Amino acid sequence: MIDRQSSPSETILASLPRRRRAEARFRIYGIAAIGIALAFLILLISAIGTQGIGAISQTEIALDVTLDESVLGLSDARDRETLSKANYRAVIRAALGDVFPEAVSARRDRRALMKLVSVGAGFELRNLVLEDPGLVGGTMRVWVPADDEVDMLMKGATARDSGRFSDKQLGWLDQLEEEGRIRSAFNWRFFTSGDSREPELAGILGAIAGSFFALITCLVLSFPLGVMTAIYLEEFAPRNRWTDLIEININNLAAVPSIVFGLLGLAIFLGFMGLTRSAPLVGGMVLALMTLPTVIIATRASLRAVPPSIREAAIGLGASRMQAMLHHTLPLAMPGIMTGTIIGMAQALGESAPLIMIGMVAFIVDMPQGLLDPASALPVQIYIWADSPERAFAEKTAAAIIVLLAFLIIMNLTAVILRRRFERRW
Amino acid sequence: MTKLTARNVNVFYGDAHALKQVNLDIRQNEVTALIGPSGCGKSTFLRCLNRMNDLIEACRVEGNICLDGEDIYDPAVDLVYLRARIGMVFQKPNPFPKSVYDNVAYGPKIHGLASSRAEMDDIVTSSLERAGLFEEVKDRLGAPATGLSGGQQQRLCIARAIAVCPEIILMDEPCSALDPIATARIEALIDELKQNFTIVIVTHSMQQAARVSQRTAFFHLGDLVEVGDTDTVFTKPVDPRTESYISGHIG
Ligand SMILES: Nc1ncnc2c1ncn2[C@@H]1O[C@H](COP(=O)(O)OP(=O)(O)OP(=O)(O)O)[C@@H](O)[C@H]1O
Ligand SMILES: [Mg+2]
Repeated sequence: MIDRQSSPSETILASLPRRRRAEARFRIYGIAAIGIALAFLILLISAIGTQGIGAISQTEIALDVTLDESVLGLSDARDRETLSKANYRAVIRAALGDVFPEAVSARRDRRALMKLVSVGAGFELRNLVLEDPGLVGGTMRVWVPADDEVDMLMKGATARDSGRFSDKQLGWLDQLEEEGRIRSAFNWRFFTSGDSREPELAGILGAIAGSFFALITCLVLSFPLGVMTAIYLEEFAPRNRWTDLIEININNLAAVPSIVFGLLGLAIFLGFMGLTRSAPLVGGMVLALMTLPTVIIATRASLRAVPPSIREAAIGLGASRMQAMLHHTLPLAMPGIMTGTIIGMAQALGESAPLIMIGMVAFIVDMPQGLLDPASALPVQIYIWADSPERAFAEKTAAAIIVLLAFLIIMNLTAVILRRRFERRW
Repeated sequence: MTKLTARNVNVFYGDAHALKQVNLDIRQNEVTALIGPSGCGKSTFLRCLNRMNDLIEACRVEGNICLDGEDIYDPAVDLVYLRARIGMVFQKPNPFPKSVYDNVAYGPKIHGLASSRAEMDDIVTSSLERAGLFEEVKDRLGAPATGLSGGQQQRLCIARAIAVCPEIILMDEPCSALDPIATARIEALIDELKQNFTIVIVTHSMQQAARVSQRTAFFHLGDLVEVGDTDTVFTKPVDPRTESYISGHIG
């Protein structure tokens, strides 16, 4: 017998303060960890937010344009073809000349003056005319985008004395401002157009469309394949060395760096199968390779989480294994499977390396219309802009990051809501 | 008349020998009770009878089990048909997380027993009535079955099993989670069901075995020690192990 100094309950009582202190300490560690993580998150978001907020607005200049046939270089024909080929830049130049008559004489001045408005001004004017050919011959006031350097100046991102503008140009800008011809407007171009060499014209819709098509391909391939693989492995495959090997391989694939999948796609889909470069179809196929292990692992885990008693009940009633799976286990596992798939899709959305490998990094102005049109993708677009020398692309980069984050948050939120909604208690 | 015969049945879980040389006849329209201390192999034997052991990878069954003279372990046997003929009620109520109606209708649906909605309604209603549950759930056939009480869930599982019209119903401790009133209802139900079905029931309650069964089989450490008419087994047991178990000394 052990000789006790005190009774058990006294021993327990004496140990209580120590246990309570340990618990309090642990809670403080936890809170501190969360606090640090949160601080970094806030830092990140506010840094990107303050940079990207500028991209929401765009400086515009008001011009009174006269759509003179002779300036446009139009004859009598008014068909689309001729209208779209007309010289709208000349109209812009003439309108600027009306505001600054003194600057028209010298060639250098004319050039410096034209630099204040975006090269896209002509295209926007053309689109207006194409929509309503009746405008030809008339006069009207249009707001055209200012050049990105002017935009930066107006937003205070470049100083007046930075040397980017001549004194004359600064004077003209002051005059425009005095006359109320300069405004800061909502930058709809950013959300409705594709990429451009000119920051003031560049938009992310092209990249969003590319990402969308790639993700659709990825989902269509990886969801059924992954779910079927998981069902087979969980329900039908015998447990032997081969299935063990397959299992290890699947878990390994989930950890393979994405660029390796990109190289694989480059070699097989482009090199061997000869599919189109830069196409969202190929991008989606590569992303599907990457997402497949995630879907398989999530599906197997959710299938295993369904209580075996449900399956036994079905089989005891005479359901085949297949029926027990399709009627009971799979529907009950579906919320988990969808959550896993959405998280896999979110990963795929943020992936750039494999897409760069298969050529989705090309400079593409046109909006992709289908799976085979050349396209880029959101993260790749961010990479391209971040790499561009023009200062104005910095805020576009940040804004694109915000858009990407927003999509990711929406997807992950959907996953959480799905899980909450369909979570079952047995 | 003998419905099921087990001859020289041996069951192994990996290397563990769970059932040793079991020979047992189960007679038609009778209730056979399987009793014995925990871990003696009652559930294992029960699961051999409708081949639920097939689902356990490590499990190996040797010997002969015949249903109406036909070997149920013959490779040509269709498991779907076999389990439609031999239904099972599990120890823990395991309703599907669906409505009461869908639970009962599931078996008839997969076997194509009802050709119309009205016929299905009939099957569901009569099965629930025979399980003594209809009065309690008739207003909430569409409500989730998981919302029923434990006893109601167990009766629902019985209704679900009889909806397929099996010839034999296997019950593994159907009352272990129930209070005396619910237990009494299920015992009454078993008594009634034996008119149409052959029933094998595993139970830990001597009184229950004595009340509901006509024949009793006593298992001990994987051996079938004794089998006979319930009255005889409880009043004049042959084997000393049976005697000490029913008088409360083993187990
Ligand atoms: N799935 C399994 N894998 C391995 N061994 C098992 C398995 N199921 C049962 N056994 C073993 O087989 C023996 C018999 O188990 P069984 O479940 O048939 O006992 P039982 O008589 O039903 O007991 P209880 O009254 O506690 O339910 C036990 O020793 C048990 O450990
Ligand atoms: Mg048991």
